[in-house]
Amino acid sequence: MPQEKPAARPAPRLATGRGGLGSLAIITFILIAVAQYMIFMYVPNDATLGLIQRIFYFHVASAWNALLAFTVVFGASLAYLAKGERRWDALALSAAEIGVLFTTLVLITGPIWGKVSWNQWWTWDPRLTTTLILWFIYLAYLLVRMAADEPEKRARFAAVFGIIGFVDVPIVFFSIRWWRTIHPIVISWQGAAMEPSMLRTMIVSFVAFSFLFLYLLVNRLRVEVMQDEVAQLKERLQ
Amino acid sequence: MSFLGKVWLIAWKDLKAEFRTKEMISAMLIFALLVIAIFAFAFDPTREEVRIIFAGLIWVAFFFAGILGLNRSFAIEKNNDALHGLLLAPLDRSAIYFGKLVAGLIFMFVVEVVSLPLFIVMFNYAPTGSWLLAAAVIVLATFGFLAIGTFLAALTANTKASEILLPVILFPVVIPVVIAAVEATRGIFSGAPTADFITWFKVLGVYDLVFVAVPFLLFEYLLEV
Repeated sequence: MPQEKPAARPAPRLATGRGGLGSLAIITFILIAVAQYMIFMYVPNDATLGLIQRIFYFHVASAWNALLAFTVVFGASLAYLAKGERRWDALALSAAEIGVLFTTLVLITGPIWGKVSWNQWWTWDPRLTTTLILWFIYLAYLLVRMAADEPEKRARFAAVFGIIGFVDVPIVFFSIRWWRTIHPIVISWQGAAMEPSMLRTMIVSFVAFSFLFLYLLVNRLRVEVMQDEVAQLKERLQ
Repeated sequence: MSFLGKVWLIAWKDLKAEFRTKEMISAMLIFALLVIAIFAFAFDPTREEVRIIFAGLIWVAFFFAGILGLNRSFAIEKNNDALHGLLLAPLDRSAIYFGKLVAGLIFMFVVEVVSLPLFIVMFNYAPTGSWLLAAAVIVLATFGFLAIGTFLAALTANTKASEILLPVILFPVVIPVVIAAVEATRGIFSGAPTADFITWFKVLGVYDLVFVAVPFLLFEYLLEV
């Protein structure tokens, strides 16, 4: 008897979601392809840094995605505490995982670029230090999620930590700024002198990465929704 | 009973329990001294460079010892389901938090007051500068560390593997306190003019305010069972 029920329940949200996701996938694919073309074919080699400068378009766009993701974590955490709805928790988790992924990419691409342009892999520059701490904070967020057993408790604790972590970021940022202005080793990228073709490439790569973020987020959310449905079905079978 | 009275009641309960066993405070003290002994082996204490890193060494010792205390703060209430008893008491949830915070502050101050002179003697370090300012940094930094530490200890106490989780989630969040405490202490001990390190007092002040306000707003979400 209970086996029939799942089949009779076709999960409408997912069915309708797929069409929209398909077009989102196509748009993202085209945008990323255009961005790749511009990065590797259209934009000229940098005069001083040469080929390696092209990593910049991935690096900055990844950093932007990480920022976007952690802001979503914060917003979703607040919404979860206010409303207590599971979907906000799923959104926070999905965004946090994507944020950690892109922060990791930033931390990998950055040193490669730094080795060529500054002749060292890592400097304890405020930007670098804050990014590293950001990465630690959101790894901790994922650890908090792993450590709590009951789904409701896990969601609540994660939401609380998601808020704390986000509040801490500006404090870390400013404290490290002040620290390093006392020891002046600041290497900043005030990109005033940017070639128009480079600027265009960067904007396209920003837009492409933003769509990639959205695509990954929606997909990750779908996985989460499906997991919930599987859990529900299992419960019904028992 | 006033809010502060309730806070003190919780703190007093913790202090009394600790006074009877003395197991936590002695462990924290011995641990702080061990950290310093390890540093003495790792960095030759007779060398001039040690003067530069002395402020960093003492804060590493204090924060590591503090973690030991924090791990016990809420975990101890899980014995005999005492946490339920606390939650059933006619108190605001935030009174529990502040009570635990006050007790933690007293434990850590004891550790700091006893061990700091020992560190100075063992490293043959001659601090110059105002002792009043040094005391102010110690109070502000310890407060910031414990304000967020007590809060996250309440969070981890309700999870599996809480002793492992607490340092991993606390240290990234508490980094501004670490930087500010070390830089301010170094400035004071080396006799630098106040203008050189006053920024770090501001960082500590902002951090303390934020991380008392945020737990105050969010604490009840951690103790709902």
